[in-house]
Amino acid sequence: MRIRKLALATSMAVLGLSTVLTAPAALAQAKEQFFPVLSYRTGAYGPNGAPWANGYVDYLKYINAKGGINGVKISFEECEFGYATDRGVECYERLKSKHGGGTAVHPLSTGVTFALTEKVPVDKIPLVTAGYGRSESQNGAVFTWNFPLLGTYWMAADVLIQHIGKKEGGLDKLKGKKIALVYHDSPYGKEPIALLQERARMHGFEVMLLPVAHPGVEQKATWLQIRQNRPDYVLLWGWGVMNSTSIKEAQATGYPREKMYGVWWSGAEPDVKDVGDGAKGYNALAKQHGAEPNAKIVKDIQATLHAKGQGTGPKEEVGQVLYMRGMIAAMLTVEGVKKAQERYGKGKWMSGEQVRWGLENLNLDQKTLDGLGFAGVMRPVQTSCLDHMGSAWARIHTWNGSKWEFTSDWYQADEKVIRPMVMLASGRYAEEKKITPRTPEQCKQ
Amino acid sequence: MLYRENGQFKSSYAADQQIFPIVQDRWAILGIVAFAFAAVPLLANEYLLSAILVPFLILALAALGVNLLVGYCGQITLGAGAFMAVGAYAAYNFFIRVDGMPLLAALLLGGLTAAAVGIVFGVPSLRVRGLYLAVATLAAQFLADWAFLRIKWFTNDSPSGSVSVANLHVLGWKIDSPVDRYLLCLAVLVVFALLAKNMVRSAIGRQWMAIRDMDVAAEVIGIRPMFAKLSAFAVSSFIVGVAGALWGFIHLSSWEPAAFSVDRSFQLLFMVIIGGMGSIMGSFFGAAFIVVLPIFLNQFLPWLGGLVGLAVSTATVSHAEFMIFGVLIVFFLIVEPHGLARLWSIGKEKLRLWPFPH
Repeated sequence: MRIRKLALATSMAVLGLSTVLTAPAALAQAKEQFFPVLSYRTGAYGPNGAPWANGYVDYLKYINAKGGINGVKISFEECEFGYATDRGVECYERLKSKHGGGTAVHPLSTGVTFALTEKVPVDKIPLVTAGYGRSESQNGAVFTWNFPLLGTYWMAADVLIQHIGKKEGGLDKLKGKKIALVYHDSPYGKEPIALLQERARMHGFEVMLLPVAHPGVEQKATWLQIRQNRPDYVLLWGWGVMNSTSIKEAQATGYPREKMYGVWWSGAEPDVKDVGDGAKGYNALAKQHGAEPNAKIVKDIQATLHAKGQGTGPKEEVGQVLYMRGMIAAMLTVEGVKKAQERYGKGKWMSGEQVRWGLENLNLDQKTLDGLGFAGVMRPVQTSCLDHMGSAWARIHTWNGSKWEFTSDWYQADEKVIRPMVMLASGRYAEEKKITPRTPEQCKQ
Repeated sequence: MLYRENGQFKSSYAADQQIFPIVQDRWAILGIVAFAFAAVPLLANEYLLSAILVPFLILALAALGVNLLVGYCGQITLGAGAFMAVGAYAAYNFFIRVDGMPLLAALLLGGLTAAAVGIVFGVPSLRVRGLYLAVATLAAQFLADWAFLRIKWFTNDSPSGSVSVANLHVLGWKIDSPVDRYLLCLAVLVVFALLAKNMVRSAIGRQWMAIRDMDVAAEVIGIRPMFAKLSAFAVSSFIVGVAGALWGFIHLSSWEPAAFSVDRSFQLLFMVIIGGMGSIMGSFFGAAFIVVLPIFLNQFLPWLGGLVGLAVSTATVSHAEFMIFGVLIVFFLIVEPHGLARLWSIGKEKLRLWPFPH
């Protein structure tokens, strides 16, 4: 009896599976620009992943509420992957060809970025990694499909070192100083090491590398080392629970939070909120924007979506650091589509290849940004074939116990340091993969 | 009615000892293999191939390797993820450092390296057993995690510690599309499953099982425990290593040590326990259960919610997925502690008598 029931249940399940798996590709309506959304709202990194996803989705909804991209409506679908690389790849495979193909994909995970870098050229979908991803992918001649818009980890580390140098009274004063890097032990955390070592060679400071294993709740040993060696500054390259744990450990060790600098993944509300006053004075890199509750676009989204109950996530979150990051990521992609439409036909559906061209020729000046409601939030962005990053500006913000406040001027990462590294690393990649870098003529096409 | 062996007489030892003594089984398996090779590439779409079937095939291969050690030889291991990592990184280094290294040779060399490492970590099994051995093999996991994160040479000095491969060929066949990847994995799996099945039916497999059931008695009847245990470690690690290399090369094509973390070791052990210890078939069931079910639930629940007009958020789905998955594990282990494979064979027994059970 039991066996029969089991067999029945299994066959039902198999039937269900086959319907679910064949269900997509259903009815084809008027072409909508499809945005696959890879998100993580659960797991150790969920508290940080959720606001990002909310901001991203809200902006897409907002564009739809305003009539779409020159009339082309946006559709999107979320897929939860919990920051696990294999599930992220599964999500990408699931969504990539729905509704005629994805416009662009934002993995929000360096591990998934590495995995997808091999896949997107085949599927012809741009891989936008706004502020993260692999640093050498700035060179669009080799990494045709990768777009680390608004900065990479090398650029982030460079700005942090410039800031520390300025505080010390000049980069030459860094000689003999000790800077510790507390990092998430994954490709993400390891990215800045190359640049820090390069800068250390230039200025004669010492880099201490302190890896923290996933998910980052066990850091006693790391901070014991910091207590023993007393580095002059600590750079924090964490994500999710690792950040708040680091700040709590710093508090317990008595390490001054004023000497701690996080990358933008370590500089948002979820990282410091629980620590409250203990995090006062903690600094982080703001890759252009910080918390922007007063920006025009934030007000617009509040009025268009959240006031009508159509927003994603809690209302208070709108304008927070990670929410803004998701929103800007969406904005850059939408602008890429707009740019593509300028060339391939206004009000038409754009394929991944066309969007790629749009992203590569993005040119957002201050006037356009102000018009979009991003006045005061970010600086102009201009991409090109050789520079898929578009802007190397950033500033520092500090947690004052209740909110993030800007505490520095704008910095620009030093091209003279980063460019040779990018060319070297991307050249090596091209050689390994037998890719012929695009020539300037090919870039124009 | 259809599944009955009346009238199938065996007139030779060879006929009596074949893998599938019942004609229907033989044809069914042949049919499934033929279907997998010929029909699936035509029917399945890209998503099904590259996101579900390829991981399933590779992890089934890994589970098969673990099953030889845990299920047949009775040596519990928590180091399977480490052996996968050794296989993947060794294959990677052979592949990029030796000019013109063929893909298959790199995969097999990766497996051989994993076998050598497996023997080293199998040495404690000569002294300790059961849970203590599990803890000892956990050391392999930590060592591998450490080595591939810290020793730059293994990752070819890649700044981020992530490695990748491209331009894969097998005898002039370019492994490019999802169909190619699927067929390669399937071919490797079929060959290894056949070898494994024959191995456990041969003298060495019987030695393993004797050690598993009672090692003192096995020693008394003349089985060398050292040879039996270490050979089990070697063969198991070899298969797991090849699976690891496939996971890196074919499935991910760009990976970091986190792909072979301790979670992977646990996952493989659970596949063996849920699928059925000491059963080749069980490895497939276990892999299907662990790989396919979460993805299925992840897509089935929103669809189910849609049927009753309920919009389910992705976070809720993800939570529900974990809960239902956990409940199903408990359910199946209560219904049949010997795993899904046992359930399968009970089903077959019943089918033989159907429709006139006692």
